[in-house]
Amino acid sequence: MENQFSPEQKGSEVIVVTSGKGGVGKTTTSANVGTGLAKLGKKVCLIDTDIGLRNLDVVMGLENRIVYNLVDVVEGNCRVKQALIRDKRHQGLYLMPSAQTRDKTAVTPGQMIKVIDHLREQFDYIILDCPAGIEQGFQNAIAGADRALVVTTPEVSAIRDADRIIGLLEANGFKQMDLIINRLRMDMVRRGDMMSAQDVVDILAIPLIGIIPDDENVVIATNQGEPLVGGDSPAGQAYANVVNRVQGKEVPYLNFDKGISFWTKVTGIFHRA
Amino acid sequence: MRHFFRRKSSCQIAKDRLKILLISDRVNCSPEMMELIKNDIAKVISKYMKIDADNMEIQINTKGTKAGRSGKPSLYANIPIVDVVSADLNLNK
Repeated sequence: MENQFSPEQKGSEVIVVTSGKGGVGKTTTSANVGTGLAKLGKKVCLIDTDIGLRNLDVVMGLENRIVYNLVDVVEGNCRVKQALIRDKRHQGLYLMPSAQTRDKTAVTPGQMIKVIDHLREQFDYIILDCPAGIEQGFQNAIAGADRALVVTTPEVSAIRDADRIIGLLEANGFKQMDLIINRLRMDMVRRGDMMSAQDVVDILAIPLIGIIPDDENVVIATNQGEPLVGGDSPAGQAYANVVNRVQGKEVPYLNFDKGISFWTKVTGIFHRA
Repeated sequence: MRHFFRRKSSCQIAKDRLKILLISDRVNCSPEMMELIKNDIAKVISKYMKIDADNMEIQINTKGTKAGRSGKPSLYANIPIVDVVSADLNLNK
């Protein structure tokens, strides 16, 4: 059962989700990409590396099941396996939560690499949710990663920070960095009041791997603690495409331009009072 | 309404701002330092010719668009010359 879904297995892949700026959707992206991969039958471990400000557990709806956390593992208070929370809704999906009452200095990059190396044996994908900023938390998160997903929104501040992050990742020897543009609003792009995905790609000059439309369903999904990847919402479809592209498949980009009417229809159907 | 006046779109403003911002971020060169470089260049050039220092511009560009971030940056200076003849006069002094 373990390996039957990954015939092309080249060992596990460790992906860090990062952005520099806070609030652009790192945690949402981590949750959705991780859940999406698990839905495709992969064994996935999500690691929240934001020590002191953990959030991934809440977005995943697993906050009530935390016993041990990343710092406990590093400090030897428990075994790695004990800190992993199994997501009962999706086969093969696990979360290692972060510590809420400690700070970033509780873990070193070397310790992170050790934990990740241990997990590599058991998982197809390890997704690291990176904290905002470029300090030690960032260094910890990227230390053991093979590749990066850089999340940004089409705003000057977020793009500036993303550019900085890309520079730092390059300096740390990252070869594969892919861009996710989050919260794009086609109506604003059409009016000339928001940078288009192409504009952002031109500026940041790394390969694009996903465009996520601004979608209220993301808020609803977060409220419910269930990632929306693979659902009918525009963001759910967009994340499903990201998941496929992460695995190296070529997927055409959704045409958000087709019109607001389609969107409102979709959101209308799934609108929950 | 805005259509008639053809104001610069906020998207274009954002792109223009980012272009300048990222160049200085990437080469780790602050606007203050750029100002110092500009003043020094103006000082040197004005030894030889009369220039319009107020309207001169300097910019660091990454050459080539395809090269993206791997292209080496270069410094462009746009220096309006007011009077070339005066150069000789200054030298003779």
